[in-house]
Amino acid sequence: MKKTIAGTEIDVNEEGYLTDASQWNEAIAAAIATEEGIGALTEAHMKVVRYLREQQAKGAALTIRSMGKSGVVTTKELYDLFPGGPLKKSSKIAGIPKPVGCI
Amino acid sequence: MSTPDDKQPVKKMSIIVSRGSLDGIYPALIMANGARMEGIEASLFFTFFGLNALANKTLDHLKVSTVGNAALNMAMPMLGLPITMPFPTVMGAIPGVSAFATHLMNKEMEKLDIPPVREFLELISDSGGKIFACKLAMDMFKLKKEDLMDRVDDVLTVGQFYEESAGAGTHILFT
Repeated sequence: MKKTIAGTEIDVNEEGYLTDASQWNEAIAAAIATEEGIGALTEAHMKVVRYLREQQAKGAALTIRSMGKSGVVTTKELYDLFPGGPLKKSSKIAGIPKPVGCI
Repeated sequence: MSTPDDKQPVKKMSIIVSRGSLDGIYPALIMANGARMEGIEASLFFTFFGLNALANKTLDHLKVSTVGNAALNMAMPMLGLPITMPFPTVMGAIPGVSAFATHLMNKEMEKLDIPPVREFLELISDSGGKIFACKLAMDMFKLKKEDLMDRVDDVLTVGQFYEESAGAGTHILFT
């Protein structure tokens, strides 16, 4: 389905995750972050978002454990930055699919 | 996202862990971590043999139970055997067999990015999940708080655990 975010029409699934990561930009990230109740994105948020996009582009499976070991963010920081669903919300803001793993 | 009134989300999982084998402990750790990842509060209450997962002496050496474990089957893909039969209990009793089964399982779990027990408890603790030990079971096994790994938040009585679990939307799960 189509959705207009930050003045751009993008393709999203029924949960609001971008279906085409190439349509993403930082304005879209900021708009999704506001919708998700994360508020203004800081450099710390963006570091996570960029890392997620890099990993996704490489086809890596993302888990909360791998994020904590990435050196980009600690587990505690990740939970503080994206309260209420660290991996789900950060993935949504990063314009990548919802993580499918259980870990 | 809107949630209909008749479908209130789970707010908190209070999980009681009473078994001390590797296969008895992992499901609780996975459910607790999964809850935190969904923004659900999580508490783990370790009682009876579940304390094996917290005691520094045992927690890095937990084993899969190969004796009297009817669910363990030779057909498990990780064994790569062309037979289907329950794992013979007499075989499970041979020294080293439980260690071998544990080794196989740990290897498969590592592939799925499931951490070892100590790291898993640290992950849950870092995510804001709470880790409690049962006072009665501690007394029974003659354990003190300093015998337990450092992420244990508190030693609680049953009553304190229920108090800790208070609130609409809490689910208590016994494993």
